[in-house]
Amino acid sequence: MSRDKKYWKNLAELDSANNNVFDDLQNKEFVEEIPVDDFLSEQDNLTDSSTSRRDFLKYIGFSTAAATLAACEGPVVKSIPYVVQPKEIIPGIANFYATTIANGYDFANILIKNREGRPILVKNNSLADGSMSANARVHASVLDLYDNTRLTQPVKENLPISWFTFEYETLSELQRLSKEKKEIVLLTQTFASPSTQSLIDKFKSKFKSVSHITYDSISESEALDAFESRYSVRGLANYDFSDSKIIISIGADFLGDWQGGGFDCSYTRGRIPDDGKMSRHIQFESNMTLSGANADLRVPLKINEQKLVLIEIYKSLFGSNKVKLESNLKLSKKLKNVVDTTINELKSAKSGGVVITGIQQKEYQLLALEINEKIKSIAFNPQQMILTRSSKNKDLHDLIVRMNEGKVGAVITSGINPVYSLADSESFIKAFKNLELSVCFSQKNDETASHSKYVAASNHYLESWCDYELKTAEYSLAQPVIKTLFNTKQFQDLLLVWSGSKSSFHDFIKSNWKKNILENENWNQSLHDGIFNRKSKKISKRNFISQNKISTKALKYFEIIQDTNQKKFELNLYPKTGMGDGQQANNPWLQEFPDPLTRATWDNYLTISESDAKDLNLLLKPSTFFKQSSNDANGGLNGKYAVIKLNSKSIKVPVMIQPGQAKGTLGLSYGYGRSKGLKEEMMTGVNAFQFYENYNPIQYIEIEATNEIHEFACMQLQNTLMGRGDIIKETTLEVFNTKNVNAWNKQAVVSLNHIETPVSSPDVDLWQEFDRSIGHHFNLSIDLNACTGCGACVIACHAENNVPVVGKREVRKSRDMHWLRIDRYYSSEDSFEEDNNKKDNISGLESSLTSFGALENPSENPQVAFQPIMCQHCNHAPCETVCPVAASSHGRQGQNHMAYNRCVGTRYCANNCPYKVRRFNWFLYNGNDEFDYHMNNDLGRMVINPDVTVRSRGVMEKCSMCIQNTQAVILKAKLEGRPVAEGEFNDKVACSAACTPGAIKFGDINEEGSKIAELKNNKRAYHLLDAVGTKPNVVYQVKVRNIKEKS
Amino acid sequence: MFNHSKTLSNNFLRASILIFVILFSNTIFSQDGDPVAGKALFNSNCASCHKLDKKMTGPALRNVEARLLEDEGLDRDWLYKWIRNSSSLIKSGDDYANRIYLEYNKAAMTAYPQLTNVDIDNILAYTAQEKVVPKPIATAVAAAAGPSNSSGLTDEIILGVFSVLFLLLSTGLIVVTKTLRDLAKMKGVKIEEKKKGKPIWKAYLENQFLMLCTAVLFLLVSAYGFYGWTMQVGVNQGYMPIQPIHYSHKIHSGDNKIDCNYCHSSAKVSKHSGIPSLNICMNCHKSIYEYNGETSEEYSKEFYDNEIQKLYKAVGWDDEAQEYTGITYPVKWVRIHNLPDFAYFNHAQHVSVAGIECKTCHGPVEEMEIMYQHSSLTMGWCINCHRETNVKVKDNEYYDKIHKELSKKYGVEQLTAAQMGGLECGKCHY
Repeated sequence: MSRDKKYWKNLAELDSANNNVFDDLQNKEFVEEIPVDDFLSEQDNLTDSSTSRRDFLKYIGFSTAAATLAACEGPVVKSIPYVVQPKEIIPGIANFYATTIANGYDFANILIKNREGRPILVKNNSLADGSMSANARVHASVLDLYDNTRLTQPVKENLPISWFTFEYETLSELQRLSKEKKEIVLLTQTFASPSTQSLIDKFKSKFKSVSHITYDSISESEALDAFESRYSVRGLANYDFSDSKIIISIGADFLGDWQGGGFDCSYTRGRIPDDGKMSRHIQFESNMTLSGANADLRVPLKINEQKLVLIEIYKSLFGSNKVKLESNLKLSKKLKNVVDTTINELKSAKSGGVVITGIQQKEYQLLALEINEKIKSIAFNPQQMILTRSSKNKDLHDLIVRMNEGKVGAVITSGINPVYSLADSESFIKAFKNLELSVCFSQKNDETASHSKYVAASNHYLESWCDYELKTAEYSLAQPVIKTLFNTKQFQDLLLVWSGSKSSFHDFIKSNWKKNILENENWNQSLHDGIFNRKSKKISKRNFISQNKISTKALKYFEIIQDTNQKKFELNLYPKTGMGDGQQANNPWLQEFPDPLTRATWDNYLTISESDAKDLNLLLKPSTFFKQSSNDANGGLNGKYAVIKLNSKSIKVPVMIQPGQAKGTLGLSYGYGRSKGLKEEMMTGVNAFQFYENYNPIQYIEIEATNEIHEFACMQLQNTLMGRGDIIKETTLEVFNTKNVNAWNKQAVVSLNHIETPVSSPDVDLWQEFDRSIGHHFNLSIDLNACTGCGACVIACHAENNVPVVGKREVRKSRDMHWLRIDRYYSSEDSFEEDNNKKDNISGLESSLTSFGALENPSENPQVAFQPIMCQHCNHAPCETVCPVAASSHGRQGQNHMAYNRCVGTRYCANNCPYKVRRFNWFLYNGNDEFDYHMNNDLGRMVINPDVTVRSRGVMEKCSMCIQNTQAVILKAKLEGRPVAEGEFNDKVACSAACTPGAIKFGDINEEGSKIAELKNNKRAYHLLDAVGTKPNVVYQVKVRNIKEKS
Repeated sequence: MFNHSKTLSNNFLRASILIFVILFSNTIFSQDGDPVAGKALFNSNCASCHKLDKKMTGPALRNVEARLLEDEGLDRDWLYKWIRNSSSLIKSGDDYANRIYLEYNKAAMTAYPQLTNVDIDNILAYTAQEKVVPKPIATAVAAAAGPSNSSGLTDEIILGVFSVLFLLLSTGLIVVTKTLRDLAKMKGVKIEEKKKGKPIWKAYLENQFLMLCTAVLFLLVSAYGFYGWTMQVGVNQGYMPIQPIHYSHKIHSGDNKIDCNYCHSSAKVSKHSGIPSLNICMNCHKSIYEYNGETSEEYSKEFYDNEIQKLYKAVGWDDEAQEYTGITYPVKWVRIHNLPDFAYFNHAQHVSVAGIECKTCHGPVEEMEIMYQHSSLTMGWCINCHRETNVKVKDNEYYDKIHKELSKKYGVEQLTAAQMGGLECGKCHY
């Protein structure tokens, strides 16, 4: 018997009858033949080889010795001073200049930090009110300046030419076309620039048959049309949510890029509950957006349901007989209940309410405008228009028709890339190529430039002059902060040349401002401030509305087309926080910027609800060691590819399960799939603009699963909190206002002699306590109520601290280097509170196995919470105690110091850190061809902050609380022989300075009456994982949700 | 003689007695003024625009009086007028005045109404002096060599005497031993012959314990040596690279006493001391086109003058035409003090806040013909100083509170930089 017993080592051996690999393995070391004989048989080659084994050893020996010797000798460093030093530049001292970014998609008033003449950092202009402040993309834009794929000089038919030739040839062509009465078209981005407008008028008067068409790659045309038809001017209404009681958003991602964005600042002002009040935010939407993630109530809906909700709200205010709906669609009972309570809340809030919508249809935009007028919403401000979007869909459509008919002689584009961003780019390319004169102003040889006859290498905005009117009467100036790096010119320079003017654009702006805008104010002061508010141009609010009374008689018709084809899915195109419209696709910071919601980098993807994915066979099995699993062995997330089809177009796109995605809908972001004018590493994702037909972000498409697997690079693999409510503490407004602080922000306790003792007590502390009342003591406060998850801080931290970019492959291995990350958590039940209850009620093994398993999965429509995490600078730091070489140590000012030169790379500290904020340099990320990002070329390295070490391979790094900046403040005070001024530290750390919503606050708690000391002792304040007893110098403020008890 | 001294102005009489004495002794040939007093006047009034032998902002002035008399027929009176108020002379329509005015691009000469005729006479006397060619300091070198030679001789004599003594002593010793042996033989004392034992090296090789000890000792010593060698890796104390322009700190800082901060001005406010831009050099070198100080064989006048020419080329200065050409060749200096990237050092903190002298770290710069790295710039060197140096809190309100509290805590009068937090890693490494 025993002889028959067979022991097997693996499944293959058991199955050895059918598997002869095993037999092979028993006999040989390798299954496959090793080509030793082949190799040795090539005697000729072997003997002919000039390098013998001895030579090889000699070379090895020599190079090792040489390398050793070279390492002992310091390199010769050259220093080249100025011949004539400009008096405003002192080496080692930063200058700040106010300027404005306006790239057609992002508009912001900013300050530029300039070191030795190099712009290295974007900051917000503190003089501006914050509504036009820098987002993540604007913070990253400084790196675009040092892009080594930029055009260095003008190009004609792929051959470089001089500006003189360019100007001469284009001018003579324009003159000829003008004589022949052919149409000359200026096809540009939205400039929102008064001086550029008057230059274009000048150009028009010179060449007669000129038309100027603006084109926004992501169109707000319907909203503009609605506004124009209501108020007879073209613009977008401004909103200020600071004092709103209820914000109802129907498909409007106003914390993202809805109508140009920039509403997060006023929104969060109304969300801080310290006086017992905060606004309530209800969001109806299809994709999970930043706004939905921050909402108190989020209802995932398809577009038709969203329309019905809006109509329902309208009816309740204006009477149901005002609207005629030509559809038999009705709200479900459940939804009807939600809408009814919403309407009641809106009505009781009176003027404190506001309704906004992102539905790209003029009629629905009008409904929202009328509702806000009717309730006299204080948030709604149509007088002060936002002027950063202006395109009219019909204009461009007509232009392409005219171009194809051969009526157009010349098209001059500037700041746009229609070949990339038009759905029907084929017909545009065809027409564009057949033009007698095509000129493209571009910084890159991008998709449009490569089809243009002349390409004018244009300036980066940091090299340009310009002026702007971003909102009515709010003017801004842009000034160059560096001399043009290459032989480039800006669009306006050429307009001046063509118009026959000899003056520079700077002089033109200056004279224009003196004549029309400044009203005897000082030009130099305006240039210094970067902004100028014209007082006389404001119009009183109520007058404006009364002029346009809502006609009560008119009956409104709405037709809602119901998609009968069940196979078709509703595709919602959206701009991603990190990439916007895709013009910054060659920016490695933005490529590696994790999406706030999916936490994915280097990709765009189709978001889908879990149940739809299941139905479509797009779901991968949970993590196992089989192929086709949702995660690979080191955790990397996988997704299946799907093919989506619209009419004749089809693209293969990876699928990502998005909790909260409305059933029957899909999401896909613009901005990816660029193919020209960027490095190969940056050609990521698919181009969603192909599906952007008729500038409508909602498309009905067919979808089909494939069996191919896509590998995502996600920054975070854990999606839920597993009921650990002490990581993100949250409560409701009602509890916050009525109950004792212990009920919703209880400090952790440990048992000492069977008595529960708070962890802050020295009796239960492992560490010795020090007196921290002398000198400065820095703290950082993060208000979870104010954090919208926008990620501006992440990029600002990158720029300030020389954080390297590691690439998709490394991110997938969780080797990302972000010093600051914003963790996003989904609830597994409908809310985090229910998660906590579920976890607390687990008893017994069986229950824990099933329940914990279930808690790992986010709910269909989860609550979302964001939590920015950087080094917590623990006063009792676990990392410091385990470092064998004392590379990590504590300073008196509260910071946890990291001495890179001391670090030997044991990584004990990272393992002992409860917050996982330490980052290890697995490779040398600068000057390494394997990581061919900005740190691998001289141009890209110009963005490096000279006050911060560029880390080398094998050392640990982490947030330093921007010690270089706090030290600079202290030194400045010492040099001036004075104490540090009140609040002088407050905007000195990069993340806090970048956080316009004011979620991240920094300061010195030993400073008398400082805001930060108050925040530290706020009743909402808590320390992350306080049970560990690390006593961090970063405090979080409990998240309060304005949720009504379930009825 | 006495009459003449009467003509001197009262002011001048009040001037230094020394000058008076010199004047007095020189009166024999001072009918036309006194060149020594003239030189002082020339240097304080004229030298910023005029040189004796070279055209600068204004013309070269060597033998100006004789030249004017010869070429233009103008006498000293004309010169008095011109120097006291050239513009009125130009306005009066004087031919030569207008010509010279146009020749120098209508740059009017500063009026000197305060100069008396005697002053001007003195200046002219100075300009009339023959050019003195500075003699090389070969004699000085020889003179310096003299005493050192003589001291060498005495050493040799002493050595010689000693060696003769030594010889005498050793012969004496041999003679004495021999006599003693002979004496012993005579007396019949037997001297035991030493037995030939093992050679010492053999014994040593056979003794394993000794071998082990030696091996251990050898290893320890070589480990110590290796450690010492590794510790100096990357320490470039004494690093003295050859610079593209031979800039002598000795001449500028030592001989001419130029303050360090005049050129390295950003040291007071910034982290970098700053290598001065070339326009700073030209503040002085516009008028200093040649070197007239001490020279040696290695560093001759020609050598230094050539270095000044290098500066002119770099900055694009046409010394003949006295104007900038606009063609520049920025100088690629070799950086001497190289701190590694991971160490943050701020000059302003040390120079302005702490009031540390430059030479504390940079050594006797005023004696350095070629600049070199004086200090080791190692971390231990930094730390030592931080431990020993007190924080300069006087007149700095920043320190008021923190110094009071901290000194109380540590129970000291004066806090050192280390106690103030100057040893924390993160203060220099970030």
